[in-house]
Amino acid sequence: MYHPTVARLTYRALLGRRRAFIMFGLPALLLALSIVVRALVGADDEVANNILGGFAVATMVPLIGVIAGTGAIGPEIDDSSIVYLLAKPVPRHTIILTKLIVAVGVTMAFSAVPTLLAGYILNANSQQLAVAYAIAAAIASVAYAALFLLLGTITKHAVVIGLIYALVWESLFGSLVAGARTLSVQQWALAIGERLGKGGYILSDVALPTAVVLLVAVTLAATWFAGRRLRALTLAGEE
Amino acid sequence: MTTITIDRVSRWFGNVVAVNDVTMTIGPGITGLLGPNGAGKSTLINMMAGFLAPSGGAVTLDGQTIWRNQDVYRTIGLVPEREAMYDFLTGWDFVLANAELHGLSDPGAAAKKAMATVEMEYAQSRKVSTYSKGMRQRVKMASALVHEPSVLLLDEPFNGMDPRQRMHLMDLLRQMGEDGRTVLFSSHILEEVEQLAAHIEVIVAGRHAASGDFRKIRRLMTDRPHRYLVRSSDDRQLAAALIADASTAGIQLDFTEKALSVQAVDFNRFTELLPRVARDAGIRLYTVSPSDESLESVFSYLVAS
Repeated sequence: MYHPTVARLTYRALLGRRRAFIMFGLPALLLALSIVVRALVGADDEVANNILGGFAVATMVPLIGVIAGTGAIGPEIDDSSIVYLLAKPVPRHTIILTKLIVAVGVTMAFSAVPTLLAGYILNANSQQLAVAYAIAAAIASVAYAALFLLLGTITKHAVVIGLIYALVWESLFGSLVAGARTLSVQQWALAIGERLGKGGYILSDVALPTAVVLLVAVTLAATWFAGRRLRALTLAGEE
Repeated sequence: MTTITIDRVSRWFGNVVAVNDVTMTIGPGITGLLGPNGAGKSTLINMMAGFLAPSGGAVTLDGQTIWRNQDVYRTIGLVPEREAMYDFLTGWDFVLANAELHGLSDPGAAAKKAMATVEMEYAQSRKVSTYSKGMRQRVKMASALVHEPSVLLLDEPFNGMDPRQRMHLMDLLRQMGEDGRTVLFSSHILEEVEQLAAHIEVIVAGRHAASGDFRKIRRLMTDRPHRYLVRSSDDRQLAAALIADASTAGIQLDFTEKALSVQAVDFNRFTELLPRVARDAGIRLYTVSPSDESLESVFSYLVAS
């Protein structure tokens, strides 16, 4: 179910590429912003909620998810170096699960952990906001990584499509069309954050049971389908 | 002893037929897959390597279907044509990772042996991204050999190699063929196949154009004239005797070579005729050699027809 060599290759590919800059840059931006805001405004629950909800969970988590999820497999398929991974007697679902674990780990490390830190910087976890948003970010990391990993096995344009989903669908559409929010990883994760946070700051449009079912279903379905894609991966010749 | 069987295999991409009803058996020893660029060689190798499903027919390894069967990779070693590897790794890390992925009991020792086989130890701690094309090719080779497979598939392995590296790889493949492994390599360059493969399979425009020893293939093409260089104790008398038979189309006395240049139209009849005529006339034959039995002429004939 987990292959350490696949994990090592994936992890080194993820952090060795240029896209790794974005993964370091976004959390750095969040922390810098939090320090500045805290210094200027002081500890304020309302402000903390806006930054953690509006930037950390709404923008940073899906962006890191896109980069880690698609990056865990997309570039290898693009340049067909995945041949070296696939020409081995390793079960395909082991490859996908390992890559998913690495992508989830990287997404959590670069999104949930900075979210928690930012929360403590902003208002010292007042109203449980830091913990609630960090857990929401961690849960969203799993679903995003699975979704974008699948996307990476389907299309060469996984990053673009992932960005469109993360930015246009979740951020823009979600704020304009109520229905779109029901089909949003961010809202599902926020449903859990809503339960954990205090003071009624964190709000989700989706009921908790629905959110949990959808999170689990999307993660499992995406992972299963990605394994299927990999099993029948076709490499056309250069002719 | 491992055999890849390709049974009535076709593969099409949309309206384009890349491989058209090909049947062949690749057994132990070295087989050259020869054909011009775009003939369908890579498509065929991708199907043998399990990276492409045949649209029709079956590709099997000792009776096991190859497509969607990851267990075949215990037996198959693949050297892809594409350059892309895990460039951010060192050569050593790359080969070691391949050994680990095969689940070998001692991946370190296997990687070491494979690196030594391709003589890349001197650069194994450099990153793959710094390698020349020939070095990459050798590390790819090491990654394919690391589990000592009984089948080795190589797609255009000599591309981008300098003559010395080419010789080295040829020696290596010869050794593997002598060990009883099934080695298949594709090439569009005739000299390569000629130098290395005892057995060739020719693919032209997706079709299986010929199969067998390349001299034998030549002989099958009886309608094609064969040229021979003949030296004897009396060239002029021999020429006169040969031209009388219908199997000979033309004879030239080549004064610079001090030999006869004979054009034969019926291969079998000519090979019987020549020694008989010489014996009857009391002429000693010093040299009889085919003068255009190069793969080049076989190939150009096949492509033209």
